[in-house]
Amino acid sequence: MQDAQATSTASPVIAARDLSLTFQTNDGPVHALKDVTLDVQKGDFVSFIGPSGCGKTTFLRCMADLEHPTGGSISVNGMTPAEARQRRAYGYVFQAAGLYPWRTIGGNIRLPLEIMGYSKSDQNARIARVLELVDLAGFEKKFPWQLSGGMQQRASIARALAFDADILLMDEPFGALDEIVRDHLNEQLLHLWDRTNKTICFVTHSIPEAVYLSTKIVVMSPRPGRIADVIESTLPRERPLDIRDTPEFLEIAHRVRDGLRSGHSYEG
Amino acid sequence: MRNVVPVLTVVATLIALWYAGAVALNAPWAYDKAARAEVTLTFPELVADTWSQEKPKLPAPHQVATEIWNTTGAMIASGRPFSKRSLIYHSWITFSSTALGFLLGTALGTLLAIGIVYNRTMDMSVMPWVIASQTIPILAIAPMIIVVLNAVGISGLLPKAMISMYLSFFPVVVGMVKGLRSPSQMQLDQMRTWNASRSQTFWKLRLPSSMPYFFTSLKIAMAASLVGAIVGELPTGAVAGLGARLLAGSYYGQTIQIWSALIMAATLAAVLVGLIGLIQRITLRRMGMAA
Ligand SMILES: Nc1ncnc2c1ncn2[C@@H]1O[C@H](COP(=O)(O)OP(=O)(O)OP(=O)(O)O)[C@@H](O)[C@H]1O
Ligand SMILES: [Mg+2]
Repeated sequence: MQDAQATSTASPVIAARDLSLTFQTNDGPVHALKDVTLDVQKGDFVSFIGPSGCGKTTFLRCMADLEHPTGGSISVNGMTPAEARQRRAYGYVFQAAGLYPWRTIGGNIRLPLEIMGYSKSDQNARIARVLELVDLAGFEKKFPWQLSGGMQQRASIARALAFDADILLMDEPFGALDEIVRDHLNEQLLHLWDRTNKTICFVTHSIPEAVYLSTKIVVMSPRPGRIADVIESTLPRERPLDIRDTPEFLEIAHRVRDGLRSGHSYEG
Repeated sequence: MRNVVPVLTVVATLIALWYAGAVALNAPWAYDKAARAEVTLTFPELVADTWSQEKPKLPAPHQVATEIWNTTGAMIASGRPFSKRSLIYHSWITFSSTALGFLLGTALGTLLAIGIVYNRTMDMSVMPWVIASQTIPILAIAPMIIVVLNAVGISGLLPKAMISMYLSFFPVVVGMVKGLRSPSQMQLDQMRTWNASRSQTFWKLRLPSSMPYFFTSLKIAMAASLVGAIVGELPTGAVAGLGARLLAGSYYGQTIQIWSALIMAATLAAVLVGLIGLIQRITLRRMGMAA
């Protein structure tokens, strides 16, 4: 089924073919990824879900050229991940906000813009725009320690949105947040995705979050890390929060849960 | 203000102990004199004598204070603050080689640390030498530096500053290597996702991260520089500087002079280290990193 998709569309944004990555550790090799094949099309919102240690982060890091696969191939925008990284093709949101304590919120968002050589006036305009986007207008001059954890995480998302990358890689960005803030950010993220037509790869541990956000849900299983199931969402692009109570939503969530279960039994 | 009472208590205790020590250490000489003059000393007479000898084993605090006043404040009052008898003059001499040595040591230490962090070969080859350099006693190497530099025609401030540098670059290397390596793997990965160049990563991440380490190193380096400057003054024939005063004082048994030079040196160290602490606080506060 995956192969059929791969051939049916012309140029996927991210294309992994039999991707494998084995870490050599003191306790012997760890197969973080094994023969992973996946296509992500332009404008897709893909969620990665699976038990801890199944290689979700590793997969994302391969896309970002932060990790080097030991087998198979992966391309980003038709290039190698290294070339894509050098062209600043993606923004990466780490699990921890990772703001610089000596820079204000505005200064933190300015950091990648300075590095990429945007003009001063362009920087200011972009900072104002993304702060608006994540509901942090007015916090530009505050230091990170003056903000709550959720606000810091929003600032780090704003930082990844500030420059023109049409791919967004997010590793459990909302993992540490409470349910209400999380709902709110999920909604905002969907709006943003809808407006900007970015391609988003999103790691999560939450089934409802994955189903609510995604056009495609990738269920992974551990030891070795591989793809157990790929579920195409039948939900419409326009998704109010209460779509989560519809039978259609529950049906997809059910399929994801089944996928996760079979992944576990595979392990045993 | 809450700190004032305990601090004053400690100071008062120390001074009391000092006076008591002066009595104990100087008593034999007082008894000697009394025996020769064939008189017996009452206890108040004994105490008065031990606190006012000309070359006491341990001068009393007020004797040292008087000597310091005579060689500083009184000199200024008489309009000769930089006369050769003035401690201000000698402190200035020591301060100038301390400061130059400190600047050279900080520059050398920082450059070595950058080399060690960015270059694998330097990482493996330089550090052992840096550590070895500090195992050689400075008293052994100081005369050689002075003699060698004199032989090539360099004398005066620079040789002494070199000795200060020799002592002060070490804490800077060690602290800055740790500081420049303090960014987390995630912060470095982040820089990589933005395709930042090595110099951008240095200026925007590694250097700011190292600031708390930098200032801590500077405080140690400053104290080490002062020691270096004083040691550097000893083999030059004891012409000028606090080190020279110490040496001259010990030649002639002028204990009061030795103690005043020591206290001047300690004050100088406290002021210089305090100054760095102040700059540290201002800088880190402006960086939003105030601890
Ligand atoms: N640098 C590394 N060196 C050795 N092993 C590693 C390294 N990074 C990850 N691994 C191993 O690879 C496997 C996959 O790790 P990964 O971080 O991708 O999991 P994950 O799916 O993101 O888990 P989680 O949901 O807990 O974040 C794990 O078994 C992990 O121990
Ligand atoms: Mg992970």
